[in-house]
Amino acid sequence: MSQAIVAEKHPLDDLIRADRMPHIWCPGCGIGIIMRCYAQAILDSDMPIDKHIVVSGIGCSGRVAGYMKLDSYHTTHGRAIPFATGLKLANPSLTVSVFSGDGDLAAIGGNHLIHAARRNIDLTVVCINNFNFGMTGGQVGPTTPQGAFGTTAPYGCQELPFNLPGLLKACGANFVSRWTAVHVRQVRDDIQYAFSKPGFAFIEVLAPCPIGFGKSNGIDDGLEEMEMYRDRSVHIQEAKASEEEMVIDLRADHPIYVGRFVDRDRPPFKPAEALKS
Amino acid sequence: MTRPAVLTGKHFMHGDHACAEGALAAGCRFFAGYPITPSTEIAEHLAARLPEVDGVFIQMEDELASMATILGASAAGARSMTATSGPGLSLMMENLGLGVMLELPTLVVDVMRGSPSTGLPTLPGQSDVMQARWGSHGDFAVIAYSPWSPQEMFDLTILSFNMADLYCVPAILLADEVVGHMVEKVTIPPEDKIDHIERKKPSKPADGSTYKSYLVEDPDLVPALPFAGEGYHIHLTGLTHDERGYPDMSAETHDHLVRRLFEKIQKNANDIIRVEGYELEGARIMVVSYGCTARSAHSAVLQARAKGIPAGLLRLVSIWPFPECIIRDLSKSIDHFIVAEMNLGQVRLEVERVVHRDVIGVHHAGGAMIPPEPILAAIEAVAK
Ligand SMILES: Cc1ncc(C[n+]2csc(CCOP(=O)(O)OP(=O)(O)O)c2C)c(N)n1
Ligand code: SF4
Ligand SMILES: [Mg+2]
Repeated sequence: MSQAIVAEKHPLDDLIRADRMPHIWCPGCGIGIIMRCYAQAILDSDMPIDKHIVVSGIGCSGRVAGYMKLDSYHTTHGRAIPFATGLKLANPSLTVSVFSGDGDLAAIGGNHLIHAARRNIDLTVVCINNFNFGMTGGQVGPTTPQGAFGTTAPYGCQELPFNLPGLLKACGANFVSRWTAVHVRQVRDDIQYAFSKPGFAFIEVLAPCPIGFGKSNGIDDGLEEMEMYRDRSVHIQEAKASEEEMVIDLRADHPIYVGRFVDRDRPPFKPAEALKS
Repeated sequence: MTRPAVLTGKHFMHGDHACAEGALAAGCRFFAGYPITPSTEIAEHLAARLPEVDGVFIQMEDELASMATILGASAAGARSMTATSGPGLSLMMENLGLGVMLELPTLVVDVMRGSPSTGLPTLPGQSDVMQARWGSHGDFAVIAYSPWSPQEMFDLTILSFNMADLYCVPAILLADEVVGHMVEKVTIPPEDKIDHIERKKPSKPADGSTYKSYLVEDPDLVPALPFAGEGYHIHLTGLTHDERGYPDMSAETHDHLVRRLFEKIQKNANDIIRVEGYELEGARIMVVSYGCTARSAHSAVLQARAKGIPAGLLRLVSIWPFPECIIRDLSKSIDHFIVAEMNLGQVRLEVERVVHRDVIGVHHAGGAMIPPEPILAAIEAVAK
């Protein structure tokens, strides 16, 4: 009989607040997968753990700050980016990441998102896009695809959703990518790349929310949504698609375009310096 | 040419600039704000001055962002501030509450103008007194000072920073358009004569164990919060939290936390409160006033004394926490209280609450300074 392998220590023990487990996330939720990518990227990064700071807003995705064993700040709904801006500018030696949801970052925090991208503040922003407000029970938001349902759109969402990579590209962010919860390697790699990339980095990750989004949209569980991502994801290098086609549409047979949309070197925000004489 | 942080000497200075210089003298090296009359000169002055002392100036997209950003800077250990007026203060209320809950010190300067809404952008008011105290949702206490001169724009800015750091709470400087835009003599002391209070920090270095950010053992009820990046791996949340800073949704924890946030200020009120009395000797009629209106009240009281009327002035240098004990003590020998303020009775309500009797109000909704005459008339009316 083979010997049982008993792990004394989980590789992420130093990075996760085990004393806060179990977490609040539902079975099949995609957020934990992405948090794991973030934790791995920190372990693999050159910056000391003590200098990694995580800031979240409010929402299920916003709970990530509470589970990371880092200096972690769980702020108000939508304000994670300005709070993180203060941290980073007051102490540029910190590697400051923002982890939050589509509603937090693109609805109530939308103004801060576009301005931080325009200023090219040196932050890494991971946006969990689950197409809805999960925490408050499945309402539609600014990334809900047209035709999808939510508790506040029982007849279907009419509005055009944000195409977040296109928005962030137009605003001036230095790095923009979109992946799904299936793309764990790419997500980990891009987060780690973003840590050392000066300027504003935005990583959108589509993630299953079986309880908030799935239940209104006939997606029975997290696995089913993961399978949809796997089947429909098309890398932007492999297909020519117009800006309009980059908009996520979950109706039958629309591809989900993923990949790195922007990687450029605009100068990041730097506070003004006085002319020394 | 770059100038030093502390411009020691005698100046003929604009009130808003004096506030900005006070901030620099206090060691503030971080400003985030959104322009609004009549506070804009603070931002403009700091936009020029902060880079001279290697500080950070950033103009934000709105006041929601401004408030969140100065809290982030505070979390990183900086003395940070913003400056605004009524409409901006309304937007800051959300994250003022966050600052209270996370216990992050910072300074909000509110140069009050005629309100509500857009009101009178270029003209004075004093109508944000209650908003400063109660404007963000929930039970909590804040610290607010009210300068009556450019000199106090300088001095009280420094005091506000010190009190904010001492009690780990956002402080509010409730200035008004008159004081903000007035030009008067301002004396800036030598650098080593400027009081500086450091924030309480953990007594032991990080050792890998869970640091209890909000374990409060000192009688002042103030926690010892590390700065970001010092290795303690703290968690700060606007949710109700336990001593570790972890969310805890129990009624007990909530009541315990909210009471401490409240009592932290109430208990230390004597240390925070500043008042000034004028002509108190034998006074039977007491005018209570603050900010620019106290200048008129002072003149009215002197004129009343010249006519043989026993009037005095209690000037509230601090408004929150309210100087209840001082006013209650005074009330034993005072027959009539008169409150003069540029709103329809916000501090009058507080005085009535404390003295348990009707208080005469000399009010104006704002737009022009209350002159001494109506205050003198009110004194004379009760003296008869
Ligand atoms: C000012 C304010 N408005 C509304 C809410 C209620 N609220 C909490 S989370 C949330 C939506 C979160 O959506 P998202 O950022 O997409 O996070 P998810 O739960 O989907 O991960 C809302 C509206 C709040 N906390 N604060
Ligand atoms: S509601 Fe959705 S996003 Fe929130 S924990 Fe559940 S599955 Fe995840
Ligand atoms: Mg969401």
